[in-house]
Amino acid sequence: MDDVIDVNIGMEMVNIVLLGMLFIVGIAIARMRSLFGIVMLSGIYSLVSAAWYVAVDAVDVAFTEAAVGAGMSTAVLLGAMLLTSRTAKPEKPLKNLGPFLVCIVTGILLIYATVDLPGFGDPNSPANSGVGLTYLQINWHDTGIPNVVTPVLGSYRGFDTLGETTVVFVAGLAVALLLGFGERSLAETIRKEDKAPPPLPKDDAISNEKEGKE
Amino acid sequence: MTAAALIALLIGMLLLLIRAIAGPTLYDRVLAVNSFGTKTVLALGLLGFVMGRPEFLDIAILYALINFVATIAILKFFRYRSFQVPLVRRGGQGGGNNG
Repeated sequence: MDDVIDVNIGMEMVNIVLLGMLFIVGIAIARMRSLFGIVMLSGIYSLVSAAWYVAVDAVDVAFTEAAVGAGMSTAVLLGAMLLTSRTAKPEKPLKNLGPFLVCIVTGILLIYATVDLPGFGDPNSPANSGVGLTYLQINWHDTGIPNVVTPVLGSYRGFDTLGETTVVFVAGLAVALLLGFGERSLAETIRKEDKAPPPLPKDDAISNEKEGKE
Repeated sequence: MTAAALIALLIGMLLLLIRAIAGPTLYDRVLAVNSFGTKTVLALGLLGFVMGRPEFLDIAILYALINFVATIAILKFFRYRSFQVPLVRRGGQGGGNNG
């Protein structure tokens, strides 16, 4: 059973590999000019980060990331790409200097802020010493669910979660009603104003649509 | 044994990542993303067993569902240039698929 002994080192390695993949994907997204490739890579980014959330035991965040990041936002970004062009404009190197500096400064500030945070699993940290400890003690007797976050969201704060879900659902419904469905939707209207009856793309129209050079 | 399988899966994910970044055509990337999702599902299942908590299998199942829906959405986007075309069209102009 060497699996059990090496599990800590193994988890470290898994974390390093997953974070390295996130880094590679981030760099590739920043360098790429084809919007479709960027959308696909952002889907991969969401999948990897969701897997990483599971690896560090944040299961609820992983659920949200997988549903919203990998599923929903890929579809939404593709729909947005439908209304714009296929490739980004070529960049001007000097114009990127300002945002680059802002990113560097923000990163340094965030790293500086993590110095004050309590260590991982520190029993004296505010999150673990107050109500969190109570949850840890009474949770098993109340619900019998091994993961503590799940009963807190679904049981102790169940009505809170229900309200949040209702708000998000109503907001999504309102956006869908505003944008419309089918032949009266915004995208269809724009397309009809563009030119009279649009020819539906045949297979050859798709196949000769190679991406531009990067 | 599960750890070895997990390492193999992570290497496979890296290879797919190369294909998704370098892939010359759109379809290479769609395929790469789809199989990357499958690899993530498998990796999550294995991760649960390596960490000693097989409950993660539930999350892996959810990932499989999301991966399937996302691939369908992407492919429908390519076929119709829109998500809003119903799968069965009521005749009329602009219909590309007759049945």
